[in-house]
Amino acid sequence: MSSVSIEDLKKYYGPVHALGGLNLEVAPGTVFGFLGPNGAGKTTTLRILTGLARPTSGQARVAGVDILKDGPKLARSIGHLPEEPAFYTWMTPREFLDYLGRLYGLSSTERAARARELLAQVHLEEVSKRRIGGFSRGMRQRLGVAAALIHHPQVLFLDEPASALDPAGRKEMLELIESLRGQCTVVMSTHILADVERVCDEVGIIAKGRMLVQSRREQLLERYAVPAFEVSGDDRPALARWADELRKVSWVSSVAAENGTLHITVKDLQAAKRELLPKAVHAGLVLNRYEEVRPSLEDVFLKLVGTENAL
Amino acid sequence: MNFITVFRKEMQEQWRTYRFLIVLAVLAAFGLASPLLAKFTPEMLKAIPGVPAGLLDAIPAPTIADAVTQYIKNMSQFGILLALLMAMGMVVQEKERGTAAFFLTRPVSRETFVLAKFAALTVTFLASLAVAAIGCWYYTYVLFEPLAWGPFLALNGLMLVVFLVYMALALLSSTVAHSQGVAVGLAFVALLAVGGIGALPVIGEYFPGRLFSWGASLMLGGTGTAWPALGISLGTIVVALLSACLLFCRQEI
Repeated sequence: MSSVSIEDLKKYYGPVHALGGLNLEVAPGTVFGFLGPNGAGKTTTLRILTGLARPTSGQARVAGVDILKDGPKLARSIGHLPEEPAFYTWMTPREFLDYLGRLYGLSSTERAARARELLAQVHLEEVSKRRIGGFSRGMRQRLGVAAALIHHPQVLFLDEPASALDPAGRKEMLELIESLRGQCTVVMSTHILADVERVCDEVGIIAKGRMLVQSRREQLLERYAVPAFEVSGDDRPALARWADELRKVSWVSSVAAENGTLHITVKDLQAAKRELLPKAVHAGLVLNRYEEVRPSLEDVFLKLVGTENAL
Repeated sequence: MNFITVFRKEMQEQWRTYRFLIVLAVLAAFGLASPLLAKFTPEMLKAIPGVPAGLLDAIPAPTIADAVTQYIKNMSQFGILLALLMAMGMVVQEKERGTAAFFLTRPVSRETFVLAKFAALTVTFLASLAVAAIGCWYYTYVLFEPLAWGPFLALNGLMLVVFLVYMALALLSSTVAHSQGVAVGLAFVALLAVGGIGALPVIGEYFPGRLFSWGASLMLGGTGTAWPALGISLGTIVVALLSACLLFCRQEI
């Protein structure tokens, strides 16, 4: 059974169709990257799945719970980290986690142990007696993750968990998410492709409220990424002349030049592997770099979202 | 669902954000000051140079009735204002700050979220009014004579009901509104409507303000009652809270 199952989910705000019939299945234990440009419908989907908003139509089940029929059971099954987690600033992190533990019916021993464990996991044990009001954005985000995990949820929803963090905070947050693999199903919405590439097993790309594609990350890359090579040299005029020659070759799709580097996308990978380097030698180029470029999720994303926008 | 836990948190919040102390300090100060003002206003007037002697002679000697009237006047003004100020931001602030969204994905029902706030405010006002009443009773006893406990308790009970009416209306405004500005506006519209219409003859007999007159009458040996106003006040509290819960349950956070 899927951890998250969405069927034809629609959400309209007057004339605006935030979700136009979304379908999604997330397997248990997956770290799922919910990817899309700003305004694609990611947050709306998470708000519906966490019970904060109601769909116009459609069905959704999270951890086997119908989100429209059993709110209390849903609340006990999920953890949620909003994009900007808000806290009672007069509380300390320990008090805050204790309060949440009470809401989930944990005993005082369980609450104390769980708070200690989580504060250590998110590196906040040293400030556990300081008021949350004085915390930085990164500290709040980490406390938000701890808060979302207090009751060992089956499904954890993270809305743009690292988008507003500095590089160090982002690295910590992604490591934290990676460490959750196997503990629960994680559904993480983001528009940062590098984050998804780093931590997610499976990716769903959404645009204009519709799921464009959902697949394992590697399968997605194989299916949609265009094979490409990058060639760099110091002699830019020679590179430019060679680029013109390559554009006439049948197995070359496109050639883009930027700062002494040619990005060459090809239709026939084997032909390119066989012939590209000899052609460079034949053209008399002195190369600094020759590399078959690993297709990135960014290529897939831009291709898919670009196609969607063109429709 | 989890009412006690949320109520406990609300009480802690009242204490840690000094709301409890503010209400306590203001009500207690006016409770204590009322008999003092009644007793010493003529003395203070005498101390002002240039006051015509005839005017001073015309001021009657202060009595226990002046202390009670002063107490009711102070409480009816500042108690109602405090009730509005304390309640009108309670829900909308949490919606604006995002704490509501963060907590409503937990096992906390929306009814609990609203009602726990009202319960905590009720306890704050009950405790503060009790301190104010004890202070007023003691100073009245020292400066005049002891107040009759029964009618004095009834007077304070009626005052609490009036405060709760305004609190419930302000909480409803806070639930309906999506910004603090709107909540403040709605709460003051409620204040003006209830106060304004309540000042009209005939219809005013059914409004919460009439409960102050009833309390005064109890204290000063009058015979009038205001059962319809009490019923309508209690009804208003229930309807306002039910509406707040229903509306909040339908809202998207």
